[in-house]
Amino acid sequence: MTNVMPAAVLLAGAVLVPFFRGRTQNLITIILPAIAFWLVSQLEPGAHLQTHFFGYDLTLLRVDKLSKIFGYIFTLNAFAAFLYAYYLRDARQHCAALAYIGSALGVVFAGDVVTLYFFWEVMAVASTFLILARGTDKAMGAGFRYVLIHLFGGLLLLAGIVLHITQTGGVEYSAAAMAERSLANWLMLAGILVNAAAPPLHAWLSDSYPEATVTGGVILSAYTTKTAVYTLIRGYPGWEILMVIGCMMSIYGIMYALLENDMRRILAYSIINQVGFMVCGVGIGTAMSLNGACAHAFCHIIYKALLWMSAGSVLYMTGKSKCTDLGGLYKTMPWTMIFGTVGALAISSVPFTSGFTSKSLIIEGAVHEHITWAWLILEIASAGVFLHAGIKFPYFVFFAKDKGLRPGEPPHKTMLWSMGFMAFLCIFLGVYPDPLYAILPYEMHDFHGFYTFPGVIKQFQLLIFSALVFFLFLKLLKRTDTIALDTDWFWRKGSRAFAWVMDKSLNGVNTVADKAIAQGLAGVVNRFCVDAPRRLVVGFLYPVLPQGRRERMNRAFRAGVSPVGLSVASATLFLLIFMIYTLSR
Amino acid sequence: MSKKEFDWFDRPENIRKLWIFLWGACGLTVVLQFFSHPHGHFGWDDWFGFSAALGFVSCAVLILAAKVMGFVLKRKTDYYDKGADR
Repeated sequence: MTNVMPAAVLLAGAVLVPFFRGRTQNLITIILPAIAFWLVSQLEPGAHLQTHFFGYDLTLLRVDKLSKIFGYIFTLNAFAAFLYAYYLRDARQHCAALAYIGSALGVVFAGDVVTLYFFWEVMAVASTFLILARGTDKAMGAGFRYVLIHLFGGLLLLAGIVLHITQTGGVEYSAAAMAERSLANWLMLAGILVNAAAPPLHAWLSDSYPEATVTGGVILSAYTTKTAVYTLIRGYPGWEILMVIGCMMSIYGIMYALLENDMRRILAYSIINQVGFMVCGVGIGTAMSLNGACAHAFCHIIYKALLWMSAGSVLYMTGKSKCTDLGGLYKTMPWTMIFGTVGALAISSVPFTSGFTSKSLIIEGAVHEHITWAWLILEIASAGVFLHAGIKFPYFVFFAKDKGLRPGEPPHKTMLWSMGFMAFLCIFLGVYPDPLYAILPYEMHDFHGFYTFPGVIKQFQLLIFSALVFFLFLKLLKRTDTIALDTDWFWRKGSRAFAWVMDKSLNGVNTVADKAIAQGLAGVVNRFCVDAPRRLVVGFLYPVLPQGRRERMNRAFRAGVSPVGLSVASATLFLLIFMIYTLSR
Repeated sequence: MSKKEFDWFDRPENIRKLWIFLWGACGLTVVLQFFSHPHGHFGWDDWFGFSAALGFVSCAVLILAAKVMGFVLKRKTDYYDKGADR
């Protein structure tokens, strides 16, 4: 019974769900992740479900502590997200979500690059439907751009995989197999980084997630980027470039989140910021920092889903998502506010929440390796998180200026239960992180947790002074009804410029060609064909033809009824003269 | 609507209380550092009030930098809609 693919359960669910209606359908979507969670817990370490395919030995189920921790959190989050979506009667979205989460699990348990690539692409396609399902024009455009960028990333990955297989002959995906700094491995890394939302190709995230449906945003926030983090931990631990990219992402996300007005776009940018911490942890590459990346992915999925649920409830009830339209909602949505604030505190890694017990592992990892610059940037980014996600999100949505909205809590109790469950986990893992530490993949020596008096004081100092700056600088942070240009400008405006250039250049060539050949050259040839025989004939017959006949012949040639006899006569005459001329030489 | 609405956070006197609480909390975390003995790893990260200064300065710089970026990068929300579907 053990060693059943957890991915298969959800993928089968995606196929079966459309055959059920109403509440049964929703119940199935909740029960399947629960079954998958149980299956993950039953998996025995080792390589299972090995199969021979196209001459390669594929491993569909590689089980170790690393794949299991991601298996746990993916299924746990799926359970909570489908509980949140219990009200939703849309087989299309349930189908897409199950296929998306199923294939994310497929990537996590894949033991080779072929299986990994297969599930990678299914993930990209299935997730697109969670964006398109919103049905708005913006969502259509964003979904289209989303899938294009992911297909591009997928192509990079594929190119890397093909090169890797031809060079090494092996299909195994592991740190040992990817150790060499070869072009193949760089290409694969680039493909993975597209999914991790690393600049400059990160803007698909902030462009598309905010356009997704209420529940789609909750589900999307967890899987694509965290699957990429898993893939990096598995294949690229200790690649120094990841430290640089991770630090860059952590600051980049903050700056843009500070500029944003749409609450779900703020949350989207804070995903980039948080994934930056994880990517940096992978780059540091020690047992502690890799554990940190895993633990942080685990906790991040929970509090980020919670934040998206809270924002989703606000969007569901008010139909608005801009900070300039929102405010004062604490009066009528107190539970949504409380749960959202718990998520905001957790993402800011306030002590006694899950963010503190997980992110500190990454930062300690940098300290242990004496990487001063990375440590400093991560500390600055930690302060910045409190600014943009910890305070800005709840403040402008639930407090700030009352905009007269009185929406009330979401009418579906399951939405609140789901948020309550996630909020509980945020605090539970913050106060008692031992169960999480127990499932971390790498062995850590001399590790005694982070709850020391100086450590906690230090963290509180950092955060409370960040909060002070937020409120002192509140005037500078006043929301405006704007968006901030990001790198998607290059493919949104750039593609139009490209189309314009192509239009002008190719159609220009077309016009010139038309003028020169269709109208110009063809006319000349035409005139030549008509005029040349006439001139020849008239020329040759000039001595023997009287004026009147000459005019008639000209008219006959122009009308296209040149007298054949005369033409033959003139041609013969011409030949005769030509012969005499050549012979006499 | 007989029940009075809960509007604690909108009243000026309460906002004053919150400000006092915020400054108090700032002061408290700094004072408590007298009783803790942090062990820095880099030699300068265990200075008195280091984290407080780091939090304050870095956040101020982040906000100001974002403000400057905003002058260059902010556009109307319909920026991308203009000229679409032509």
